[in-house]
Amino acid sequence: MSSYDAHFKVWRGDAEGGGLEDFKVEVNDGEVVLDIIHRLQATQTPDLAVRWNCKAGKCGSCSAEINGRPRLMCMTRMSVFSREETITVTPLRAFPVVRDLVTDVGFNYTKAREVPAFVPPEKLGPGEYRMMQEDVDRSQEFRKCIECFLCQDTCHVVRDHEENKPAFAGPRFLMRVAELDMHPLDAAGETGLDRKKTAQDEHGLGYCNITKCCTEVCPEGIKITDNALIPLKERAVDRKYDPLVWLGDKILRRGSSG
Amino acid sequence: MSVVDRQEWDVVVVGAGGAGLRAAIEARERGARTAVICKSLFGKAHTVMAEGGIAAAMGNVNSGDNWQVHFRDTMRGGKFLNQWRMAELHAQEAPQRVWELETWGALFDRTKDGRISQRNFGGHEYPRLAHVGDRTGLELIRTLQQKIVSLQQEDHRETGDYESRLKVFQECTVTRILKDGSRVSGVFAYDRETGRFFVLQAPSVVIATGGIGKSFKVTSNSWEYTGDGHALALLAGAPLLNMEFVQFHPTGMVWPPSVKGILVTESVRGDGGVLRNSEGKRFMFDYIPDVFKEKYAQSEDEGDRWYEDPDHNRRPPELLPRDEVARAINAEVKAGRGSPHGGVFLDVSTRMPAEVIRRRLPSMYHQFKELADVDITAEPMEVGPTCHYVMGGIAVESDTAAARGVPGLYAAGEVAGGMHGSNRLGGNSLSDLLVFGRRAGWHAAEYATGLAGGRPVVDDTQIDAASAEALRPFSAEGPAPGEEDGKPPENPYTLHQELQQTMNDLVGIIRREAEMEQALEKLADLRVRARRAGVEGHRQFNPGWHLALDLRNMLLVSECVARAALERTESRGGHTREDHPTMDRDWRRINLICRLTDPTGGLAATDPVRGQIDLTRETTEPVRADLLALFDKEELVKYLTEEELYE
Repeated sequence: MSSYDAHFKVWRGDAEGGGLEDFKVEVNDGEVVLDIIHRLQATQTPDLAVRWNCKAGKCGSCSAEINGRPRLMCMTRMSVFSREETITVTPLRAFPVVRDLVTDVGFNYTKAREVPAFVPPEKLGPGEYRMMQEDVDRSQEFRKCIECFLCQDTCHVVRDHEENKPAFAGPRFLMRVAELDMHPLDAAGETGLDRKKTAQDEHGLGYCNITKCCTEVCPEGIKITDNALIPLKERAVDRKYDPLVWLGDKILRRGSSG
Repeated sequence: MSVVDRQEWDVVVVGAGGAGLRAAIEARERGARTAVICKSLFGKAHTVMAEGGIAAAMGNVNSGDNWQVHFRDTMRGGKFLNQWRMAELHAQEAPQRVWELETWGALFDRTKDGRISQRNFGGHEYPRLAHVGDRTGLELIRTLQQKIVSLQQEDHRETGDYESRLKVFQECTVTRILKDGSRVSGVFAYDRETGRFFVLQAPSVVIATGGIGKSFKVTSNSWEYTGDGHALALLAGAPLLNMEFVQFHPTGMVWPPSVKGILVTESVRGDGGVLRNSEGKRFMFDYIPDVFKEKYAQSEDEGDRWYEDPDHNRRPPELLPRDEVARAINAEVKAGRGSPHGGVFLDVSTRMPAEVIRRRLPSMYHQFKELADVDITAEPMEVGPTCHYVMGGIAVESDTAAARGVPGLYAAGEVAGGMHGSNRLGGNSLSDLLVFGRRAGWHAAEYATGLAGGRPVVDDTQIDAASAEALRPFSAEGPAPGEEDGKPPENPYTLHQELQQTMNDLVGIIRREAEMEQALEKLADLRVRARRAGVEGHRQFNPGWHLALDLRNMLLVSECVARAALERTESRGGHTREDHPTMDRDWRRINLICRLTDPTGGLAATDPVRGQIDLTRETTEPVRADLLALFDKEELVKYLTEEELYE
C-alpha cells in the first residue's frame, strides 16, 4: 500500500467570517476526501466541524464543495486527484455557514413543508393498493433521492440569489411535486389540488430554465431535469395554454369565489 | 437556580430512525404533544442504510406464508432465546405495518399482479421481504419523515404552527434521562450546533437510539451508533438484557481499508449470489449445522434449482442465518482459503446477466464501482464479517415496550432487547422498528396523557449535575483542585480508537475467556483515562467534545458486552466461544441482566475488577404451549431441555 502527503485547503470559520487554512495530511490507498477530513480531526484539528453519517453515499450528509464542485465527500475518491494537486474543501455556498464545513440547510426543510403530502385514495384500505411496476418506476426514480441538497446548492436560481429563495422550492422539491403527481394512486386531484399547477404557481417552476446543473451533480444519477422538471413544465404549459383547461379554470374559480 | 431553557411536552422520543419516527407518529396521532430529538439531520438516521427489506408474512409471492411460519423462522434464527411474545406480536402485526406505509406514500417494488413484491432472505422460509431495490431503509425513513411532515401540515392548518404538536429537534444529543423519584421526568440535552443546553420535561420518554457498533473497529454502523440509549437507560436505573449477542454481518466490504466494514446487502445472496473461497469452492455446503440439516440443500444443483422451484428443492446454505455464515467465512479465512484482502468471494457476475444485477442491486453496483473500482457484473466482490447489530438491549415488557422498573421509560427498535434472541434474521429489523415503534408510541402517549396525579417534576440539582458532567471535557487540562500535578488531557479520538481495537480483537466474532478478561482490564484503564478526555475550542459544533461525551456511553455498553460474553459459557447465535463451542440447552432459559453497580447513577467506579456493571442471571418464562405446538417435537429436542419438553 502506498501513502503520501496531500496538500489540503479547508475553509474554517463561522457566520462572522473565516478563510481557507492549509494542511499537509497523509493519504492512503483507496481513501476518500471524508477520510482525510477525519484524519485532520483526529490528528490536527479536533474541533473541525463536518457533517457526515453513513460514509457510503446513502444518507446525503457530507455534502461540500471540493475544488468548487458540489460533491459528497464520502464518494469522492482521492485517486481522482493527482498527488501534487491542492484539494480545496469549502462549505455549500447556497446555504449560510454554521461552522467550518457545516451549513444551515433549514431552507430545504422549510420547502419540504410547503409541498402538500400524498393524498391516500379514500376507497382503498391498507393492503388493497394495486399498482403496476411500470407505473411506479417514474416516481421510484425520484424517491432514490438521498436529500444531500447538492442540486439545491448548485441551482443558479438560488446559488447567488438569496432573493429568489422565498418563491423557489429548488430542484429537489419540484421533483417531489413531480413524484407525487406521477404517483399512480395519489388522490390530490379529488381534493381539488392540481399539483402541476402548484408547481408553477407556488413552487417557482417558472424560474427553472433547464440548464441541467442539478442533474449533473446528483450523486444518485437521477435525471432531475429530463424526467421530473421538463415533464412538469410541459404539463404546466399544456394546462396554461389549453383553451378548454383555461375556460374550465375560470369557471371553477368563479364558482368557488362566488 | 439553573438557567437552562426548559420546555414541556407529553412524550419525548430520543432517536429519529424507523422506531423513533414510528413512535412519534403514533404518540401524536393518539393526542400526545410529541418531541423527537436526534443527533443527525431529520431524515439521515442509520435506518437509511438498511438495504434488503421489511420482513412481513403478507404471502404475496408464496401464499403458504403466514404469521406462524414467520414466528417459527424468527425463533429458529434466534436459537429460541427470543422473548417469544415479542416474536409473536412482531410476526402478527408486521403486514399491517407495511401496508400502512403505502397509505403514507411508500412505493415498494411490485409483483406482476400489482401487489407488494417480496424477496428471499437468509432464514426466511418463503419470499417475505417487502423491498425497493436495495434501498428499502431509505424508502422507510423517507415515508415516515413525510408522514411526520404531513401531520405537521395538519397542525399548521389548525393552529398556525407546524410544530405545535410534533416537533423534531435535529442535531441535538441527550446526555441524561431526568427522574422524579422512580419516574421519568424528562431529558437533558445539548444542541450540537450551538452547544446550548436545554431540558425537555415530559412524563414519557421513548428511547429509540439504535445500536452500539461504533465500539468496534470493523462495523457497518455510522458514527451515531455509540450506544447512547443503552447507556441512558442504565444510568436511569433500567436493566439491559443479553448484551453478549452482537451480530457480525457476514458480508461487509474488506477493501479498500477506508470502507472496510461497509455493508454488502444479504439480497445479493437472496437473489442468487454465492460465496466461494480462494480455491473456487462453494464452501457453505460444509458448514450446515445439525439443527438446520433437513432444511438446506445438500448439493449445488439442488440449491440452484430452489430459486426456480422452491416447493421441491431446499434452499442453498448461503442463505443460512447470518451468524452461521459469518462464522463460516471467518473459518475459511483462518484456514488460509481467503481472498487477497482477507475475505472471501461473493459472486453474482456468473449467476445473473449484468442488466439484471444493475436493476436488482443498483446501490451495490454503485457502491463497489465508486468505492472499490470493482464492477460486480464482471467480477466477484471480496467480503468479510462486520459488526452490524446488537440483539441485546433494554429489557422491556413485550406488549407495551415499557422499560422494566422505570415508569415512563419506553424503548423500541435495536436499542430494545429480547425480540431477536441470540441472532436477528435479515429483514426482521425494519419490521421490528415499525411494530414496536408503534407500540412504544402508543403506550408512552397513553401513560403521559392518563396520569392521574400531578406530572413529575424536574429538579435543578439534576440539571446542574448533568451540565457539569457535559462540560467536564473543557476543563480537563491541568490538575484538578487539591490534586498533585495533572497528567496532560487524553485525546478522545485516540481513546475511541483504542476502545474499538480492544472490542474488535478481544470481544469480537470468536471469543475466548482469557481475552475477555484482558478486555475488561483494558476497559477499566480506558474508563480512568476517559475521565481526563479533554477538548479544544468551544461548544459550537465541536466534534471532539461530542466524541468525549459519547465515550461514556461506549465504555458502559462495551463493559456490558464483555461481562455478559464472559459469563455465558456456550455458543449460541451472535455469541461464539472457542472454549465452549456448542449450544447448551440449559443456557436457553437464561437471560443475562446488566445493571449499573452504583444505583445513584454516579460513575465513580474505576476499580477494574468491580467495574460499573452488575451482572445477574434470570430464568425466562416458558414458551406458551400453543406457540410450541407450531414446531415438531424432533426440532424442539434440539433446543429445549428434557424437563421443559416434559412440561
